[in-house]
Amino acid sequence: MTGGTGAQPPGRLRGRVATWRDQAVAFGWLVLIWNLLWGEFTWGNLVAGLLVAAAVLLFYPLPPVTFGGRLRPPALLVLAGRFVAELVVASVRVARIAVQPGFRPRSAIIAVPLRVRTDLNLALTAELVSLVPGTLILEVDRESGVLYLHVLDVRRPQDLADNRARVREIERRIVRAIGSAAEVRQVHTDHVEKENNS
Amino acid sequence: MPGIVADWLGAVCLVAGALLALVAAIGVLRFPDVLDRMHAATKPQTLGVLLLLAGVALRLRTPGDLGMVVLVGVFQLATAPVAAQMIGRAAYRAGRVDPTLLDVDELANR
Repeated sequence: MTGGTGAQPPGRLRGRVATWRDQAVAFGWLVLIWNLLWGEFTWGNLVAGLLVAAAVLLFYPLPPVTFGGRLRPPALLVLAGRFVAELVVASVRVARIAVQPGFRPRSAIIAVPLRVRTDLNLALTAELVSLVPGTLILEVDRESGVLYLHVLDVRRPQDLADNRARVREIERRIVRAIGSAAEVRQVHTDHVEKENNS
Repeated sequence: MPGIVADWLGAVCLVAGALLALVAAIGVLRFPDVLDRMHAATKPQTLGVLLLLAGVALRLRTPGDLGMVVLVGVFQLATAPVAAQMIGRAAYRAGRVDPTLLDVDELANR
């Protein structure tokens, strides 16, 4: 799962460079957030932001997130656009269920295995699936890359299959937006296989 | 003129966001068990908070406040699912889930 092979020096060097790059990115974000929190960009805020960011990274170190892919802006736009559309549609649906008189929704807990098992993909998929109404992540199996989710308002067996397909579709969009070439291929071939099988 | 349009758009966003928050509250009261309630408590609220923030941003229109509004939105989106998952997981593990309300439970035999 971690891309670098630890035994060889070149891999280790690349790993260290990647770690430094991740730290620098996190540092930049923290400084930006600090300035946004104060509401204005001044030299004083910048200096204070640098100090706070350094302290945060030093005293609250996070486990490294391996990011092996690259950003693809068009796919990122598709991801964001579809997310907003799903958010609106699903919000209205849950809102209607909430106020519909005398309606008791049936639910289900389903397991959805993901294809790309990196921590980043697992976290992002879980996050986006969670934000869309009607689905709630209950448990994450990190080892085998399975998300367990609670689905609100199940009416027929087809709904379960639809929800599984929807989660995998979200995963596919995420991988297309930020995944590596190998991961994109993995998601894509699996997709074709699935369609041929069913 | 653009100011008036922004004011009206902002007002519409604020009212829509408030309505979603109200519906979420009704859902929390009406849904039968913890997990269903979590849907109501965390979800319409996501869009509701975003609409409220958009409304506030459209009414305020000052760069300093916009930065804050964006930060609130980002942190809301980043933390809401984590809180929801933690509560859902705790409820499931503590046996606070009513199995008669579930059609399928694929977590049960794990």
